[in-house]
Amino acid sequence: MDITINKQMVQKNEKEQDFTPVFKINNLNLWYGQDHALKDIKFDIPEKQVTAIIGPSGCGKSTFIKTLNRMVEMVPIVRMSGEIVYREKNIFTPKYGVEELRTQVGMVFQKPNPFPKSIYENVAYGPRIHGIKNKKVLDEVVEKSLRGAAIWDEVKDRLHENAYGLSGGQQQRLCIARCLAIEPDVILMDEPTSALDPISTLKVEELVQELKKDYSIVIVTHNMQQAARISDRTAFFLNGEVVEYTDTSTLFSNPSDKRTEDYITGRFG
Amino acid sequence: MALINKESVKKRMGTRLAANGVAKFLFILATCFSLLVLGVLIYRILSEGLPYLSLDFITNFASRMPERAGIWAALLGTIWVMAVTAPVSFILGVGTAIYLEEYAKKNAFTKFVQINISNLAGVPSIVFGLLGLTIFVRLLGLGSSVLAGGLTMSLLILPVIVVASQEAIRTVPREIREASFGMGATKWQTIRRIVFPAALPGILTGTILALSRAVGETAPLLVLGALAYVAFVPENIFSQFTVLPIQLYNWTSRPQEEFHMIAASGIIILLIILLIMNSIAVLIRNKFHKRF
Repeated sequence: MDITINKQMVQKNEKEQDFTPVFKINNLNLWYGQDHALKDIKFDIPEKQVTAIIGPSGCGKSTFIKTLNRMVEMVPIVRMSGEIVYREKNIFTPKYGVEELRTQVGMVFQKPNPFPKSIYENVAYGPRIHGIKNKKVLDEVVEKSLRGAAIWDEVKDRLHENAYGLSGGQQQRLCIARCLAIEPDVILMDEPTSALDPISTLKVEELVQELKKDYSIVIVTHNMQQAARISDRTAFFLNGEVVEYTDTSTLFSNPSDKRTEDYITGRFG
Repeated sequence: MALINKESVKKRMGTRLAANGVAKFLFILATCFSLLVLGVLIYRILSEGLPYLSLDFITNFASRMPERAGIWAALLGTIWVMAVTAPVSFILGVGTAIYLEEYAKKNAFTKFVQINISNLAGVPSIVFGLLGLTIFVRLLGLGSSVLAGGLTMSLLILPVIVVASQEAIRTVPREIREASFGMGATKWQTIRRIVFPAALPGILTGTILALSRAVGETAPLLVLGALAYVAFVPENIFSQFTVLPIQLYNWTSRPQEEFHMIAASGIIILLIILLIMNSIAVLIRNKFHKRF
């Protein structure tokens, strides 16, 4: 199996790829009951870059990003075929535990979803579930993660207050900090700014630019300007298919598919 | 061409406003009626019971002589029975609720279990008494002990606790479970660290209300053979016992007027216990309300 993938990879690489892939998606199909939500998805996601997924509502972009950490399996009627290779391992092999995968592939959700706990406990949650009990280590992880999410200065004096007292934008950055605390390899972001005001959105976007130095980021967004501003590569999804996937600058300036052009020029969606 | 005749609208206005007023009056009347009944009840109990209420009344055992009779044995009996009922029903009830909400697949069997739990909540308490008599007293040979009584009471309030806990668990938003799973937490870690703490206030409220129902129950314990006259306090969970409602029932069924008076005193004590329990439930509910 691995050999065939590599052959396909080689062919693809000859055409356009000049990056180290962190995810290789191969003929991924997904059904919700009878509804064929993802059709023969096939592309590679680069390491330490920002990959944006754009497309109209219902095109499968959120479903797709949730397959990358297998959160999509929480929907009971989901069926899948094909494979997603993360760092040389197919994540759908039975041995591959979802818990292990999600430790490497963190996720930031559409709506800020802090736990009803203190700011400190929110960030310390990840390390704690992975068995870290040492208070000094936890303190360090919390500070480092909050700094990493550019929210440390705003919360350092109120670490033990409830996270629900923060504003929406702060909550979302706290969720990013919480995600950083498990020291993931990849960060998935499912429309992370759709519930935020423009200033908070700007802060999160700047943060994404900072984070890509250390993490591979996949971001779903319905905002094309956002994709153009922050991503290195962009995939355009339509009706469960990848219509076009290439450098963000190429996709927005010189799309090769008519449907991509129609979408980014605002003719539909 | 107007479809609505403004004239007739104007004409009907008076009737509509009158009906509005009548409706409001009827609802106020209904409320006042229940308040009145409650008021009369409390007045009667206080006027009869207060004169006999004293520290001696609480610390004395039951007696043939009304002036020496007290509720010590019944009070401690109630506490002993609740000490068995509370942990047993909490652990079993919350455990069942967690299984049904978090683990069970949504299939026909789960639905069947669910419907039956709701039905059990409506089964008359005397039936649970018969069940307890058959299983705990006879089959397991526990006799008319605190343990048998406590376990029977646990069965009685179990459905209520299960349903209340399920509702509390269901109010925990999906988003924060996802957040936990998204970080690689196992199901058990998510339940223990996120779902359970978030649902706990609701679970506790339901449990306390269910326990206060058990405190006032008489029938199942009578069936089990709880004693009506007890001049000792339970020493352990295998001791025989009585509880407050049985003691009260015993006093009110006696011919002497004085016993009716001390029954009223006992009712005051019982009401105080129930009020305290319900207040705790309300406090918990208010303190943790609207967190999501």
